[in-house]
Amino acid sequence: MSDASINASTVTAQTRADEASFGDYFALLKPRVMSLVVFTALVGLLAAPVPVHPFVGFCAILFIAIGGGASGALNMWWDADIDKVMKRTKGRPIPSGKVEEGEALALGLALSGLAVIMLGLATNWFAGAFLAFTIFFYVVIYTMWLKRLTPQNIVIGGAAGAFPPVIGWVAATGSMSIEPWLMFALTFMWTPPHFWALALFMRSDYDDAGVPMLTVTHGRRATRWHILFYTGLLALLAVGTAFSGIGGPFYLTVAVVMNALFLRGAWRISRRTEEDAEADNFKVERSFFKLSLLYLFLHFGAILVEALLKPYGLGGWS
Amino acid sequence: MSLRKSHELHQRRFSRNLGVGLTLAAFIVIIFGLTIVKVSGTDFGMATHEVQN
Repeated sequence: MSDASINASTVTAQTRADEASFGDYFALLKPRVMSLVVFTALVGLLAAPVPVHPFVGFCAILFIAIGGGASGALNMWWDADIDKVMKRTKGRPIPSGKVEEGEALALGLALSGLAVIMLGLATNWFAGAFLAFTIFFYVVIYTMWLKRLTPQNIVIGGAAGAFPPVIGWVAATGSMSIEPWLMFALTFMWTPPHFWALALFMRSDYDDAGVPMLTVTHGRRATRWHILFYTGLLALLAVGTAFSGIGGPFYLTVAVVMNALFLRGAWRISRRTEEDAEADNFKVERSFFKLSLLYLFLHFGAILVEALLKPYGLGGWS
Repeated sequence: MSLRKSHELHQRRFSRNLGVGLTLAAFIVIIFGLTIVKVSGTDFGMATHEVQN
């Protein structure tokens, strides 16, 4: 075997290892975030007081998810430079060299257009326009503008992640009311404590990337107090939602139990020093982060249960 | 170098091509399903009624 052929086979093997698979392009759509989008949009759609044809409902959720995924791809395209630096994100398709930045941009733009048009055609153009606004908000307002500018980035970014239940509701009804905005507010208020807990135990990630996370700009002690403050506001909102059109006795029970646990976690975080946290490798912060995932899932799950019970005269307060 | 049918590129990109193919097939099914639902749904009924009047 000649040197040339050895080199050629080495290059080919290298190319094979670097070759992007279908899964790498799918990873650009942030499947884990997409699962949250799917679930909350589904709850928004099913909690709406207007029945939707199951296939139209399926398509609506699918295109909302694709829109969410497209904004994830555009986020990865813009943030490729900081994704390279952070431990949590360096394995993503662009920093790992599997996918070119331009490919992510093209995929994000194409899927954004497709999702908006298809949601508009499948349901109504109000829902399509709302999806377009959500993508714009997440990519331009949050990712391009505010993420690297203000320590309140997570608070503002949370709004983008909170829109799906509103889009689901609008897809079903073609109009707006207070209930979808309560679901919006729930996700919106939940996002800061969720991400600040993550920022506390992912220690140097955001410092290294130069992202003005609250932990970097105002310090870790201030972040701990912020978590408690936002969790308190969230608890008031979450329990108050029980007495709206999407609430009911089951939701109230879930909200009281989960908010008591969440407040307890936030209180413990606020009382801890950095020495305490380092001594047990951020055990309390990590468990609070895990609890936050369950918290949101159970709240939206309870709204869904109330909506599904209504046809049998059991859901809600009536 | 010309691409032959058995070129290693085809094997290397098999998963990607299969994924794109299945996605496009799913898209066709969705468009077809939506068309059926819309055509047989209330909207179309109302539109037909308006045309007849």
